[in-house]
Amino acid sequence: MIELIAHNLAPIMFLSLIVFLLLGYPVAFSLAANGLLFFVIAVELSPYSNEISLSWPLLQALPGRILDVMRNDTLLAIPFFTFMGIILEKSGMAEDLLDTIGQLFGPIRGGLAYAVILVGALLAATTGVVAASVIAMGLISLPIMLRYGYDRPLATGVIAASGTLAQIIPPSLVLIVLADQLGRSVGDMYAGAIIPGLLLTALYCAFVLVISILKPKSVPALPLEARTLKGSPLPLLFVTLIALAIAAVAYVVLASRLENGAGIWAAAIAAATAYGIALADKTGNFNLLSHLARQVIIVLIPPLALIFLVLGTIFLGVATPTEGGAMGAAGALLMTLAKRRLSYTLMSDALEATTRLACFVLFILIGSRVFSLTFYGLNGHVWVEELFLGLPGGMWGFLIVVNILVFVLGCFIDFFEIAFIVVPLLAPVAAKLGIDLIWFGVILGVNLQTSFLTPPFGFALFYMRSVAPVAAYIDKVTGKTIAGIATTQIYRGTIAFIVLQTIMIAVVVMFPWIATPTAGPVIDTDTIEIELPPIGDENGGGIDIAPPPDLSGPPVIE
Amino acid sequence: MSGLLAISRVIDAVTRFIGYHVRWLILAAVLVSAINAIIRKAFDTSSNAWLELQWLLFGAVFMLAAAYTLQKNAHVRIDVVSSRLKKRTRDIIDLVCHLVMLAPIVLIMIYLSGPYFWQSYVENENSANAGGLIVWPSKFFVLAGFILLFFQMISEVIKRIAVLNGDLVEPEPQPVHGHNPDDTAPAGGHNQ
Repeated sequence: MIELIAHNLAPIMFLSLIVFLLLGYPVAFSLAANGLLFFVIAVELSPYSNEISLSWPLLQALPGRILDVMRNDTLLAIPFFTFMGIILEKSGMAEDLLDTIGQLFGPIRGGLAYAVILVGALLAATTGVVAASVIAMGLISLPIMLRYGYDRPLATGVIAASGTLAQIIPPSLVLIVLADQLGRSVGDMYAGAIIPGLLLTALYCAFVLVISILKPKSVPALPLEARTLKGSPLPLLFVTLIALAIAAVAYVVLASRLENGAGIWAAAIAAATAYGIALADKTGNFNLLSHLARQVIIVLIPPLALIFLVLGTIFLGVATPTEGGAMGAAGALLMTLAKRRLSYTLMSDALEATTRLACFVLFILIGSRVFSLTFYGLNGHVWVEELFLGLPGGMWGFLIVVNILVFVLGCFIDFFEIAFIVVPLLAPVAAKLGIDLIWFGVILGVNLQTSFLTPPFGFALFYMRSVAPVAAYIDKVTGKTIAGIATTQIYRGTIAFIVLQTIMIAVVVMFPWIATPTAGPVIDTDTIEIELPPIGDENGGGIDIAPPPDLSGPPVIE
Repeated sequence: MSGLLAISRVIDAVTRFIGYHVRWLILAAVLVSAINAIIRKAFDTSSNAWLELQWLLFGAVFMLAAAYTLQKNAHVRIDVVSSRLKKRTRDIIDLVCHLVMLAPIVLIMIYLSGPYFWQSYVENENSANAGGLIVWPSKFFVLAGFILLFFQMISEVIKRIAVLNGDLVEPEPQPVHGHNPDDTAPAGGHNQ
């Protein structure tokens, strides 16, 4: 009996972890306690099984493992991006954007929905806070949508779903954590996620377009009296053309002088010019531009500049993601200062929220390091590997099963737990099957994004519920009574978007090249013999045959 | 019981004081890191000491704020099952888990990281990176973090017993979801 237990200690440990976690005690401590308990059991049982390679002196490794967590440069990006997001949220950027973009698109059918999707994507690329995006859009856009008779499930669904774009569009925390756990660079992960993120945004817009054709009454245009920003959007087109011309000239001039990134610089110069024109027009009261066009430019450029500052510098290789996060946070502070919205309370609150998030995330990681010390000592990774390698269908079978697993887990627990507990177990198997880990990470990222929308524990739904009116209320503008929103309507509204997300997961799985921009189309695995990777071809193919990362802990990024 | 509750209040006050003020180090880390990046690009030079300072500052934050985070009940829980249990049952689970899960971890970490820090301190251990910072402060934060957690655990145990006995009315409601979506921390686990 004892021998049977000794030989199957890894599966027993894993099952008991599930029990530990379901007790509802903090995840960080449950993980560590489970690791410690089984360390003791394993050392006691080690005479009975040669699969156990643990002894008391190994425990000495624990403080060093915590120090490694501390020294991890990648994880430092977590507080930076969190802080940046919260500062921007409190600076009222979302409100400004929604008001203006809503006016810009309002006159067309489905316009408010497009505005929500686009602002959601913009917020995702800057603040990256799902809660903040959903709450801001729910507070500002939802009442307007209800006032003019939008289909209720659609209105709530589009807001909740657009808020979750923050999960997949860089600089997202999920991607940082996944990069860390998969042993890949955050920059590559961001580069891999950008096309899927934009595609998903486009997919949402396409869905609204289809609805506006099939059921035009469910997505009405803003009536004339609701268009507060007067003027024609035509000057906007004009300014855009000027900006494009400047960008083209700048590109030609810069391309010969710079090694790379001329395009990004050219875009930055053009955007700055557009901003300059709008500001000059406003301060000088020249009225060259319509009020609407001016406002759109003034509101839109600062977030775009911030996106450039963060993502541009990361993609140009000027800054590491951690530095990019720090510069973004500093930039957000300056922007808020310029808007005269920076205060001691705002700063203190933002730091508190950041500290809290960073603390619980890092402690889950510390807990998982205690867990992994024992689990790997029990050859638990071998057990997991055999479990998954035994699946029919090889790589595809693995990807399908993993996606279903993560999708189901995502309904109940959130992405930090999945990323720290499940992903390190799956990564070596994925690597062994020849799956590019960036691609794998992006698939997981899109999948984890869906977990925010799936009942019963979809957090975007909770945020939506917290801002949607429960009871009927009298609309201030029209004086009509507007019914409250039922929770079932919120749930119904997300179904379409969950389907869209699932399509996106399938797209990324089927077309790996969209998630691996540095690589060409992926070579069909069936035609590849097991062989050494071609020399000097590290980025040439989508298939990475590098040895699996050392998953006994997060990789040390020098 | 009132004597124990007084002890609990003192512990809470100390961890709150530390956990509350340590947040400003995040701002310091942001500035240090941003300036490092700019200097590295502008003058093509960098200092390992300054590079190490950014993670040291962040390390101090999450180690020293852990006890305060426990006090605020902000460590994430998986509450799929437990949210359906009675409040009293959850209190009992918490009490038992503090004693059988948290206590052993914290004690063993203190036992291990004490000498780990001390040795580094006595030897005045230097960073492996040229021109880096001395090592012992980072090891000290690990030790200090777990010592604070130990005292916070004692305080939590006292409060849990008092609540179960009816000597204490729950100071703050236990969040229904691990991340209290309505909480002031909008990131509450979902940043991003």
